[in-house]
Amino acid sequence: MINFQYTRASDVADAVRQIAADPTSKFIAGGTNLLDLMKDDIEQPSRLIDISQLPLKSIDGTDDGGLRIGALVPNADLAWHPLIEQRYPLLSRAILAGASQQLRNMASTGGNLLQRTRCFYFYDTATPCNKREPGTACSAMKGLNRGNAILGTSDACIATHPSDMCVALAALDAKVHIAGPAGERSMALTDFHRLPGDMPQRDTNLAPNEIVIAVELPAQGFANNYTYLKIRDRHSYAFALVSVAVGLELDGNGIRRARLALGGVAHKPWRDKSAEAVLEGQAAGPAVFARAADLLLRDAKGFGHNTFKIDLARRAIMRALTQAARGTPQSISSKKIA
Amino acid sequence: MARTTAAGQANFSIPDRIPITLIVNGTERNLNVVPWTSLLDALREHLDLTGTKKGCDHGQCGACTVLVDGRRINSCLTLAVMKDGAKVTTIEGLAADGTLHPLQQAFIDHDAFQCGYCTPGQICSAAGLLAEGRAKTPDEIRELMSGNICRCAAYPNIVAAIQQAMGAS
Repeated sequence: MINFQYTRASDVADAVRQIAADPTSKFIAGGTNLLDLMKDDIEQPSRLIDISQLPLKSIDGTDDGGLRIGALVPNADLAWHPLIEQRYPLLSRAILAGASQQLRNMASTGGNLLQRTRCFYFYDTATPCNKREPGTACSAMKGLNRGNAILGTSDACIATHPSDMCVALAALDAKVHIAGPAGERSMALTDFHRLPGDMPQRDTNLAPNEIVIAVELPAQGFANNYTYLKIRDRHSYAFALVSVAVGLELDGNGIRRARLALGGVAHKPWRDKSAEAVLEGQAAGPAVFARAADLLLRDAKGFGHNTFKIDLARRAIMRALTQAARGTPQSISSKKIA
Repeated sequence: MARTTAAGQANFSIPDRIPITLIVNGTERNLNVVPWTSLLDALREHLDLTGTKKGCDHGQCGACTVLVDGRRINSCLTLAVMKDGAKVTTIEGLAADGTLHPLQQAFIDHDAFQCGYCTPGQICSAAGLLAEGRAKTPDEIRELMSGNICRCAAYPNIVAAIQQAMGAS
């Protein structure tokens, strides 16, 4: 870890001023990802601006019946918040499927959005990586790419976004609230993360002088018919090979509304509205689930070690849709896939 | 983008040490730390509380688990300067008046370790788990203790020990 200066931000405006004044600085909140990366010299900020004491820790109702979650709400507190457990159990379970309780106690909502990839080569400073050092090469493309992306990849990068929480947020139509020098703006969670293209060093559409201040959920939480199904090499405390977040609004066996997002397969939570459209207005069942899976995975491409993910994702989507339609969401602690 | 090397940091001015106060195991401790001192290093190197262990130093093993304001966290991924004023409980602070904490006694009763290196983290993590009150079944204990790795694989005995302490509390 390189040496760095440390300052505290007194409020959001001060945080924005400080980051704008020093482009080599970084915000720190929970620190669980940033300090890890700094210890390996992957992140080398000259200054850390401590935002952990800013008043962004509340969960409040919104005028349209949704919830606004402060960017500094710890992941554990969010997952176990009574309103989240009751109204957005998909989000609760997705959060609890990720990391460990110690990390969830530290990690913030905003920081979860800004996690960097867990691609082996991004972490291995002895190898080229276009995300870490633009213009070098992608070592994962022909390397050990079991964990890497099958959708939305580019010639420059096949990294995945590691978050579970963001997969649920994508399915739930969450919005991200951002503050910057020009004031506040918001964008859909699905527009927040980007595909690698020829700029894999950029994970998100957040400008360098902006700060995430909140995440907003709409009223519909799909609390009756949902699941978060995470498939991984180890039963707990491992990143997803493939994960599926599903929210269904049912009328009998008919699907009125469907939300479907994949994790572990792309540079961002993967959502394809055409797959949801094919489900809506249909009776829940394997034939229509298979059509949705085909649509979601129609452009999937493997790179050798990760090619199995295409078939795995297809089966996981089918299973997750079945779980959600039956109202039997995947348990976090029992590892049996129902 | 060139990677910064130590030489590339030649113009870097070493920041002043930052005075902080930690309430460690009930005692107020004043420290002067450089910003990059982790809470783990502050405990071990500045306060000589070496019960908290450095395993991976990357938040993967859980050996460094301590309680901060009653919540279990990885002290290796926490900067000491960010915890100014916090109450920190380490393995050295769990026993009260010469009596072992029920978890410490349960780990002995169930032989819930072999080499013992992960044990302080396991016990502090389990103390956090008891305070959370979420784990009821062995499956739930296993899931919520998954951030603590035991390379001797004493897991069945660790789960049994936690169950005993859970029954006692």
